Amino acid sequence: MRRADVCAVAVAETFRGDGEILANPIGTIPMVGGRLARATFEPDLLMTDGEAALIANDEGFEWPGGKVLELWNPYRAMFDIVWGGKRHVMMGATQVDQYGNQNIAAIGDYAKPKTQLLGYRGAPGNTVNNTTSYWVPKQTPQVLCAKVDTVTGVGYDRAARLKGRTAEFHEIRRVITNLAVLDFETPDHRMRIRSLHPGVTAAEVQEATAFELVVPDDLPTSREPTDEELRLLYEVIDPKGLRLKEVPEE
Amino acid sequence: MTAADAVARLRSGMTIGIGGWGSRRKPMALVREIVKSQLTDLTVVTFGGPDLGVLCSAGKVKRAVYAFVAPDIGGATNKNSPVLDPHFRKARQAGEIEDDPYDEGMVLLGLQAAAWRLPFLPTRVGLGSDLLRDNPKLRTVRSPYDDGEELIAMPALELDAALVHMNRADERGNAVYLGPDPYFDDLMLMAAAQGFVSTERIVDSADLLKEAPPQALRVNRAYVTGVVEVPGGAAPTSCEPDYERDEELHAAYMGAAKTDDGWQEFLTAWEAK
Repeated sequence: MRRADVCAVAVAETFRGDGEILANPIGTIPMVGGRLARATFEPDLLMTDGEAALIANDEGFEWPGGKVLELWNPYRAMFDIVWGGKRHVMMGATQVDQYGNQNIAAIGDYAKPKTQLLGYRGAPGNTVNNTTSYWVPKQTPQVLCAKVDTVTGVGYDRAARLKGRTAEFHEIRRVITNLAVLDFETPDHRMRIRSLHPGVTAAEVQEATAFELVVPDDLPTSREPTDEELRLLYEVIDPKGLRLKEVPEE
Repeated sequence: MTAADAVARLRSGMTIGIGGWGSRRKPMALVREIVKSQLTDLTVVTFGGPDLGVLCSAGKVKRAVYAFVAPDIGGATNKNSPVLDPHFRKARQAGEIEDDPYDEGMVLLGLQAAAWRLPFLPTRVGLGSDLLRDNPKLRTVRSPYDDGEELIAMPALELDAALVHMNRADERGNAVYLGPDPYFDDLMLMAAAQGFVSTERIVDSADLLKEAPPQALRVNRAYVTGVVEVPGGAAPTSCEPDYERDEELHAAYMGAAKTDDGWQEFLTAWEAK
């Protein structure tokens, strides 16, 4: 069983139950996993071509038979979807803390950063308007850190201080990494291990995390792909195996 | 008008909006003219790509107003792997430029507020994040209705000038885009006191819709001060369907942040295009 395929299934499971909303995964395995969810148990999801359209195609990255457009969705129209809430985005994160605060802007002092990253991008708006998950292709204690240097995406401790409807619209559903599936389904929304990818121990996941993870007594193993899911992954969604480059075998 | 004529109307210290996004349909020929000019201390409002990067390395930027600076979208497709802009990073890490960070949707709202002559537009975007820490221009506002919600008051981003690149335009400034997305170019022009449109080709007004449906005719000449015909004027960024990103020149741009020689070599290669 390849780890990249387990990750793709874990991403797909993140969108389970979302229904007729925009599943907007950013990154290779997130895109593959989103397509997989729609091709199997979540057929009503809407998905982008990564540019200015929503497309019905199952193929992840290339559309030799042409794109099947469902909607013209130029950049500015994305905000209608985000601010209206019909979206679940999966973003990357250079840093994430135990409450799901995310940083993609800068490492170090923001005013004169040690490392300038992308910027705030759409993270502040995403996290207070629609469901957000994160994808971490290589989990380390630097990524899953004690405290993020800049809060671009809003976590649960800060969301608890939000008032009015804003707090209602906030949900950080999952953090999918190359080692495990993590979530915030604890009384105080601290991050916990939801499942371990096959062959990974809880100790390994904790070692790759700078804060203490909540570990349930009964810790399941992340679901492996079914035969039909493998067929879709290898023949339809990602026949070139781009996902295998994002999460290589150990 | 020529690119030099357009840039001659700009002044040091101005706030300039630049259209396109990332490495898509940026008015790079106009940007290059700014690099060659004596202008300094510009505030640049942008969905950032090589436009801001070039101006940073050329020492033209006092302040960046932006949500991100990246050559491309972050990994939505594998072709577009997430990459950071080395010129902007260098300027930020050296503390050479001031910085007004926003969420990308806030930039839209700020331009819209300016276009509608409003002081601000309310939004939830920014609540809970460090934007209020990192951008002291941001204030909150309370809803006067029964909900009484506290929201962010996104201030108008009023521009002294906007620079955009369109696929086709007529002499008067009506212009169409032929690619998949208008980006925010029309809005930038409406938010600006002066608007300059560079275009692949100036055509007769009667021919504006020869290659495009009516809804692609987005740019209103009432917001356009001057039109500049520059074939290839977005390079090295893409201008679909006329051309894709110039990967060779783009690679030279990405490498040019490392050494002074690299920067000069990039400028020479760019000028030769």
